[in-house]
Parts: sequence; structure tokens; C-alpha cells
Amino acid sequence: MSAFSALKTIPSHPIAGGHRRRSSPFLSSLTNTAPTGHQLHSSAAISVSLSHSVIAPGRPVRAVSANVVSEEKQLDGSAFPVISREEALDLYEDMVLGRTFEDMCAQMYYRGKMFGFVHLYNGQEAVSTGFIRLLTDGDSVVSTYRDHVHALSKGVPARAVMAELFGKATGCCRGQGGSMHMFSREHNLIGGFAFIGEGIPVATGAAFSSKYRREVLKEACDDVTVAFFGDGTCNNGQFFECLNMAALWKLPIVFVVENNLWAIGMSHIRATSDPEIWKKGPPFGMPGVHVDGMDVLKVREVAKEAVGRARRGEGPTLVECETYRFRGHSLADPDELRNPAEKSRYTSRDPITALKKYVIEHGLVAESELKAIDKKIDDLVEEAVEFADSSPPPPRSQLLENVFADPKGFGIGPDGKYRCEDPGFTQGTAQV
Amino acid sequence: MEMVVRRGMGRGISAARRSFSTSIEAEKPTGEGKPINLFSAINQALHIALETDPRAYVFGEDVGFGGVFRCTTGLADRFGRSRVFNTPLCEQGIAGFAIGLAAMGNRAIAEIQFADYIFPAFDQIVNEAAKFRYRSGNEFNCGGLTIRTPYGAVGHGGHYHSQSPEAFFCHVPGLKVVIPRSPQQAKGLLLSSIRDPNPVVFFEPKWLYRLAVEEVPEHDYMLPLSEAEVIREGCDITLVGWGAQISVLEQACDDAEKVGISCELIDLRTLIPWDKDTVEASVKKTGRLLVSHEAPVTGGFGAEISSSIAERCFLRLEAPVARVCGLDTPFPLVYEPFYMPTKNKILDAIKETVSY
Repeated sequence: MSAFSALKTIPSHPIAGGHRRRSSPFLSSLTNTAPTGHQLHSSAAISVSLSHSVIAPGRPVRAVSANVVSEEKQLDGSAFPVISREEALDLYEDMVLGRTFEDMCAQMYYRGKMFGFVHLYNGQEAVSTGFIRLLTDGDSVVSTYRDHVHALSKGVPARAVMAELFGKATGCCRGQGGSMHMFSREHNLIGGFAFIGEGIPVATGAAFSSKYRREVLKEACDDVTVAFFGDGTCNNGQFFECLNMAALWKLPIVFVVENNLWAIGMSHIRATSDPEIWKKGPPFGMPGVHVDGMDVLKVREVAKEAVGRARRGEGPTLVECETYRFRGHSLADPDELRNPAEKSRYTSRDPITALKKYVIEHGLVAESELKAIDKKIDDLVEEAVEFADSSPPPPRSQLLENVFADPKGFGIGPDGKYRCEDPGFTQGTAQV
Repeated sequence: MEMVVRRGMGRGISAARRSFSTSIEAEKPTGEGKPINLFSAINQALHIALETDPRAYVFGEDVGFGGVFRCTTGLADRFGRSRVFNTPLCEQGIAGFAIGLAAMGNRAIAEIQFADYIFPAFDQIVNEAAKFRYRSGNEFNCGGLTIRTPYGAVGHGGHYHSQSPEAFFCHVPGLKVVIPRSPQQAKGLLLSSIRDPNPVVFFEPKWLYRLAVEEVPEHDYMLPLSEAEVIREGCDITLVGWGAQISVLEQACDDAEKVGISCELIDLRTLIPWDKDTVEASVKKTGRLLVSHEAPVTGGFGAEISSSIAERCFLRLEAPVARVCGLDTPFPLVYEPFYMPTKNKILDAIKETVSY
């Protein structure tokens, strides 16, 4: 049993062969060794009350580690795949799309095609795919500055995301936002939030809206909101403010920490008094779950339960996905701070390679089919670039639009025309 | 009614020690509605807002039991705890929560208990609320958001229950900033703010919550945003202010009149986007301008008005624009009367400007 596996709640998949151990003084105090269960909520045995952190008598307060860093493999001994062939294809395609898209972004950024700062998601695909592919159209996603892949997983077309990055009129925000500002009303993507933690209360408000529609307005609404953020954000007050509010009001929300171990240049271990973020759930009265964020199947299992809990009206869950970004913080970061040995340890656990191995070994999909997906995605991303490149820039009036709901008086002058139509606009003599 | 205050504010708001007549008391009764004070007018507006929109919510610290200034009295009983509820004491979380709620098509009416407490929420208001529509290319907006917060001096509020932070928010494109001067104005402007499709920060003059009494129509009415109101006509000098300062300016007008100076008094009402045309027209007539607010003079909104009017009326100005504002100090405890832009300070500045 590994240091983290005092509680095992989901079957450990063979692709999860982890190599990392962290000291876990807290867990050593737990004597419970729960049997393997498939659903967090279904087993009393895994609803372990952490005696010293129970704050609300009668309320189940649970912290669960999904044995993420176990050296052991195949703990469940199951030879049966945990996903169907269709699911396997969907997960694989989504992860490859995320990876291919981001690699292309790097190319385009260095070619000067993109505006603003660009942060890539490489390495973390199992988290986006594991959670978002489970969501319905009505469910909402609130993202961070590393938001392209969340948008793609939620169904925003690659061409719309790429065009947004190019600052073109055909972008998902009409080229008005850019890299850290992916929104789509159609897909209920309530935005990338570039400032640390700012999306969390917004997600909390959105979750409240769903609950109200269901419980007070009696609408058929079981929408769930998933808020993504990083390990660095977990030292920010908004994180704690919202864990409190969400648990207090039992909101249909899942807090997903993408712990990639680095907050720009600050190591998570050095930045956080207790680096086990998932343990911060139970003190607020919600389950905290730790999962291997390099293993899409494990993430998906945890996500199923957490999203299900929210959908059933049982309240929020905090999920810490332990993952790693394969590139620097942003494309402007030369990534000189991280130890090459650490990097290679994680790149050897590439979530896409792992999934590939799993689905082939379990006979779910033939290798040729995966190759066909790779090819399809390559073409799709190429097409997205062509689309973005050939799309028109936004009209100049964009500068003055959407500051207020009605551009009259601000963007539109007394003559009823956009002030940018004044020939003096670009000469600095017109009043804007 | 017992005033409930927290965070070290030991006394109630109701007993202001100096005489403080309001412009309202001087106004002619409208003949409709009952005389009510400002917090009751706010309360009426909130009742109407919740009554007329099933997806309008009122929340904030202590609003469930009526709020520390009684503005939300009776709302929870009437509309239920799902729509009128207390939040934990976390202003940044409250503002972000309100933005998310508004982004999902709701009318989120958040209360920040004192304007002094709005600074933890500043980040959310400035970086998210103000830019939600812009950076999402209009995919989402939080136009249903209104943040109500009591501002300004109250005679004994001290450092952290007296500030006037309106100018900070005027520097942020995408927000509207509204400040009423009286109960009638408060009700109409608040309903407009709540229903405006843009996020609004609505500052309520807490000194007037109980002091200002005026006949307020009971029905649902709205007053236009971004329209200043000339509340007294005159020909020698234009005075511009907002909120509680209007009543001080009005007293100064009365005193100036006794020495033969005719003042035109304008209540700006909406600070952003502000009604430059009305002020410009008045200054072109009088040739002189005085701006007065409680916030410190440096970087206050008076500076913006002064600059804009100097640009528009340079050749018509017969004197420099005068600013009678709070001192550039933290809001003081004992010497509040020295800090404040009082009637006598305004009167001196009027005389100086007119005889420049």
C-alpha cells in the first residue's frame, strides 16, 4: 500500500503507474483501509470521517485519495476495460485534439500570429478530457488563463478557438478577448479567468443559479458547474471563500484543482503549508478527492462521482488532480527552473501514450484507428489555422463596442455613427 | 428601530449631532406618496425589484434580517430565503458570486455593508464585472449586477465607516456609478440601476438614510441614468455635487443668496457616464464652476469634471474651477468637521470665485 492509498476508492488502472511519492504524515494517522469501491458515495466504508476535521456533526466529511502515486499496478486485478469502445475513442480524440492544438499554438505564437500571452496545456489533457467530456451541454465550465483545451473539450470548434487566438472576427469572442478569454454561451463556457482565483466565485454564482432554477423555479435544471484552477490558486482567498459558500449552500459545483506542481516559478511544495490540497475539502464540509491527473480513466471515474453528486443535489466536491505541464508557464517562459529529471519523470507518464496503451491492450481499439484519429486531428488543426489566418480582422468599431450594453454616447457619437468612422480617429484628433 | 452596526462602529447612525437639513425638506411635496426616509425608499425599490422579476436576488452581509441600515427589512419574509440571503463576510467572494449569478441571466443585487468594505471586492468589480461583456465579445455580460453600498460621512464614523470611494470606480470603463441625494431619487435611480443592462455601483448616502424624509410615490417608477438635474437655477456660478453633499451645497446656495450671489445647483446623479452637456450648458451661462465632494480632493471625480469643463468652456470661464472637497488625509476620527467640505468652506469658495 502506498503512502497515499490509505483509502482507495476507484480501481487503479494499469496506465497509472506512478513514480512519485510524497510524505504524508497526515494520512499515517488514518487507520482505516477502505475496500475498493467504484463510487465515492456508495460505500460507507470510504466515507471516512476525519476525526480531527469534522466541523459539522452529522455531515459526511470525507477525504479520499485515489492512490495516485502508487507503485502498484493493476490493483483491481480487472482485465475488463472500464470504458466502452466509443468512450475510448472520444477520450483519445479529445486529448489528441488538445495536444495537437496547443503544439500548433506554439508554432503560431512564435510566428507572430497571436496577440497577448499564451499559456499551453500540454501534459494536463487527462484533466480537461476526464471531466469535461462527461458534462452535458447545459453544464458550465469556468476556466483559467490556460483555457484553450477546456474550450475544445467543451465543444467549442477548434477553428473558433484558433481564430480567437489570432484576434479575428470569427473567433469565439469575435476576437475581442484572445488567449485567456475563451467564452461561449452556446457551450456554456463562462470564460477563461486570467486572474488567479477570479473564476471561482463566478462559478459559484453560476452554480447557485442552477440550484435556484431547479429548487425554487421548479425548472428541469440539473446543470452542474465545474471550476478549474491551479495549485497556486489554492493559496488565494477566493478559493477558501468559495469552498465555504458552496458547501454552506450545497451548490452543484465541482472544484477541480489542476495541480501541476508549479505556480509559474514557485514550486507548490515550497509555496503551500500543507501541499495536499484535497485535504482542504473536508474542513469545509465537502469531500476532497485526490486523483492521478495523468490518468484520464481515473480522472473520469472521480469526475463521474463528483459531477454525479452535484447533479443529484448532494453538494460540491473538491478534486485535486495531480498533473504536470510539459511546457513552461507561458510561451514567454524559457522553463529553466524545473529540474530536467522531474520533467522527464512526468513526460514518461504522458497521459495520451498511457491511454493509447490501455485501449490497445484491452482490445478496445485498433492502433490503426488511433492513427486515423491522429490524422483527422492534424487535418482539423491545420484547417483551424487556415480558417483563422484567412478570417477578417474585427471591424474597427470593436474597440468601442461592448464597453456598455448600448454603444450610444460612448462608442457612437451624436451623429449616430461609430466615432471610429471619423477620419481623425486614427490621427488622434477625434474624440473617442 | 434599533440600529445594528458591527466592525467597531459603536453608535447608531440616526443621531447626527449637527443640524442637517436636506434639499428634500425644502422641496415642495409632490402630493403623492407618503413621506418616508431614504432607507425606506431603498427598501421600497428592492421590494418592487424582487416583485417584478422572479430572478432578482438580494444578498450580502446581514441582509437577511434587514441589514445594518434596515434597507432590506422584510424582504426575506416576503420573498423567501432563496432570494434574500446572508452571505459570509467575504466581499471579494460576494462580488464574484454576484457576477456569476448575473452572467447566468439573473438580476444580482449585492450589498456591500459599507463602501469602506468594497476594496476586497475591487478586483472582481474592476477586472471582471466591468470587462465581462467586453472581453467575451458580448457572449456573456453581467449587466444584471447592481452593487449597493452605503458611503460617506456620518458624523462619527471614523476611518473605516465614512469613506467615499466613488472616484475609483469612475476610472473603470464598463461600470456605471450612481449616487442619489434623496429618498425619491434613491428609489427611482435604484430601480433604474437594477434594470440597467450594465453593472452599476450604487452608492447610498448613509447620513441621509434616516435624516432625509420626502414624499415618495409608492408605485414603480424609474429615473433616468446619466442625466444630471438642475435643482436650483441661478446665474452667477454653477455648483455641481452628488449624494449627501447636495444638501450642504443647497445650504451654501441659500447663504450665498443672502449676499446677492445667485447659484445654479446641479445634482450629477450618475457619475459615469456623466451628463457633461447639462453641466456645460450651465457653466456657459454662469461662467463659473464649483465642484464639491466628500472624497479627498486629489484624484477625486471633481478633478475630472473640472478638467472636462475647462476643455469645453475655456473661453467662457471667468474664474478657475473651484473644488471644495475632503482633505487629502485618511478620513479622520475627531476632526471630521475640519475634513469635510462644509457649507462655510463652500460659501468662501463661491465668494472667491465670483469675485475672482
